[in-house]
Amino acid sequence: MISNNPALSKFLESYGIIVVIILMMAFLYATQPAVFLSATNLTNILKQNAYPAMLALGMFVVIITAGIDLSVGSILVLAMMCLAIADKAGVPWPIVLLIGPAVGIVCGLFNGLGYTMLKLPHPFIMTLGTLYTFRGISNRISLAPISGLQPEVRYPGQAFYSWGMLAPPAGIPVSFFLVIICAVGLWFFLNRTNMGRHIFAIGGNPQAARVSGIDVDRVLVYVYAICGFFAGLAALLLAGRMDSGFPLAGTGAELDAIAAVIIGGASFFGGRGTVLGVLAGVLIMGLLRNGLNLNNINPFWQQILIGLIIILAVYIDVLRRRAATRK
Amino acid sequence: MTTETALLEAKGVTKYFGAVTALRNVNFHVNSGEALGVVGDNGAGKSTLMKILSGLYQPSEGQLVFAGQPVHFSSPRTARNMGIEMVYQDFALAGNLPIYENIYLGREPGMKFGGLTVIDRAKAREMAQAHLDKLKIHVRSVDQPVEELSGGQRQAVAIARATAFDAKVVIMDEPTAALAIKEVGKVLDLIKTLKEHGVAVIMISHRMDDIFYACDRVMALFHGANFADSPLDKTSRNEVIGWIMGTKDHTAQLAHDRVH
Repeated sequence: MISNNPALSKFLESYGIIVVIILMMAFLYATQPAVFLSATNLTNILKQNAYPAMLALGMFVVIITAGIDLSVGSILVLAMMCLAIADKAGVPWPIVLLIGPAVGIVCGLFNGLGYTMLKLPHPFIMTLGTLYTFRGISNRISLAPISGLQPEVRYPGQAFYSWGMLAPPAGIPVSFFLVIICAVGLWFFLNRTNMGRHIFAIGGNPQAARVSGIDVDRVLVYVYAICGFFAGLAALLLAGRMDSGFPLAGTGAELDAIAAVIIGGASFFGGRGTVLGVLAGVLIMGLLRNGLNLNNINPFWQQILIGLIIILAVYIDVLRRRAATRK
Repeated sequence: MTTETALLEAKGVTKYFGAVTALRNVNFHVNSGEALGVVGDNGAGKSTLMKILSGLYQPSEGQLVFAGQPVHFSSPRTARNMGIEMVYQDFALAGNLPIYENIYLGREPGMKFGGLTVIDRAKAREMAQAHLDKLKIHVRSVDQPVEELSGGQRQAVAIARATAFDAKVVIMDEPTAALAIKEVGKVLDLIKTLKEHGVAVIMISHRMDDIFYACDRVMALFHGANFADSPLDKTSRNEVIGWIMGTKDHTAQLAHDRVH
C-alpha cells in the first residue's frame, strides 16, 4: 500500500498537517474549554508566534535548496541589538525600523557569499561559523539589555487592533498582519517567479539547474540574504513585543525554526514544501507550548514532545517519498 | 568529406589537457536533418569532442564552423544561443518539478520586472503541450512531476527540453544507456522525429542496435583521431565494432556474431 501510491502521497502532503492542527485544537479545547478559545489566549498565541514564524519563513527558503542556516538566532540578536542601540542613540524611527531587516540582509549576504565563494562543503559549516560570529559581535556591541524603545519602533511587534469589539488585551496583532503579508509575498515569489522556481529546481537537482543556465551560486546568495532579511524582521517584532533588545534573544531559535519547517512538511532533502505548511508547523509548535502551559504541565514535556513530533514529521515525509517514487 | 551542406563543422580540432592530447587534428561535420552516430572506445575522445561542440571546452587548435560561419563558443550558453543543445546521460531534470517547468527551466515565459520574471504559467503549459505533441511524446499531463515518470519518459522530457527553443543541433551522450529495453525504441523513434523536423542529431552510443536503427552515418574516433566515417548502408555492425577497437579490413576474425 505504501509503495507507489501517489494518491496517498498527495493526501499526506496536502492535508496531513491540517488534520494534526484540528486534532490539537480539539484536544486543547476539551481540556481547557474556558481559556483556550478565549480572545486573550488566541491573541497571545498569534503574538508570541509572529517572530518564530518570520524565522521559519526564512529558514524554509534555505531548506528548499537542501541547505540550512544555523545562524538565524544570532542574526536575530545582532539585528535586535543594532536597532535598540540606534533607537537609544536618537536615530529617527523610520530608519530604526529599517535597521533590523538591513542588518539581517547583510548577515545573510555574508553567509551566502562565504558559502559559495569559499566553496565550503555544506552551508552547515558557514552558518555554524556565523552562529558564533554574529552572536559574538552582538555581545561585543552590548552585553546589557537595552529597553524603552520609541513607540513607532514598538508598533510592529506590540500594537494590535480590536476595533472596539474585544476587550483591550485581545485583538488582532499588527505582527500577525505582517506575517500574513510576508507569507503571501513569499508564496508569490516562490511559486510565480522564475527565481522562486529556480530555488525549487536547485533543491530538486542542482545539476539540472546548472545545465539549464541557472547561476546556482548567485541564487544561493539571494536565498541566504532572504533568510537573513526574515531574521531581521523577526528581530524587529521581538524587540517591539519585549520593548527592548536583550543579548540572550534568539538563543536556540534556529532549531525552533528548522523544527517548524520540517513539521510543516518541507523536505529536508530539498525541493519540497509549502509556505502554508511552514505556518502550520509554527502553529503546531505554538499550540503545543500554549496547551502545555494552560494545563500546567512541566515545560520539559514541551521539549520531549517537540522532539518526538519532529521525528514523526520526518517519518511521514519518508513514507510520502516512498509512496511517490516508482519501484 | 563533403562540407558544403554541413550545419556544424569542426576543422582540425586539437585539444590538450596538460601533457595529454585528447584530440588530434579531428575533422567533424553534421548536416541538418542528419543523425550521426559517434563511436569509439573509452578514452577515444568522443566526449571531449562533444564538449567542444557544445561550448563546455574550447579547442586548443582548430576551428568550429556553424552554418558556414566561423564561430567561437566561450560557454555552453553561447552554443545554446545558436541552437546547439546537449542532452545529458543522467537527463539532468529536477524530479520535484512538473514536466512543463523542466522544459522551460531557466527560460520561463512571462513578464519581466527587473531581474525577475513573473511566469505566465498558462502559456508555459500550452507551449509545453504543443511542443510535446509536435515530437509525438505522450504524457498524462504536463503537470506531472518528473519523478513520477519512467526512464524513457524522462529521456523524452530531456530531449523535449533540449529542442524547446528551435534547436538546430542536438547532442546526445548515450541516450539509451540508462533505459529499460522496451523504452529504447521510443527514444530512438523520437530521434527520427527530430530528424524529420530538420534537426541535426549527434548521438554517442556503444549500442550497435541503436546506431543502425536511428542513424544515417557513423564516425569512429580512435586514440583521439579520426578513424573512419561512413554512411550506414555502406558498412556493417562488425566493421563498426572493428573500428571501435582500432582495426580495419580484417573484421571477420573479430566478429562476435555472424548475423551480418
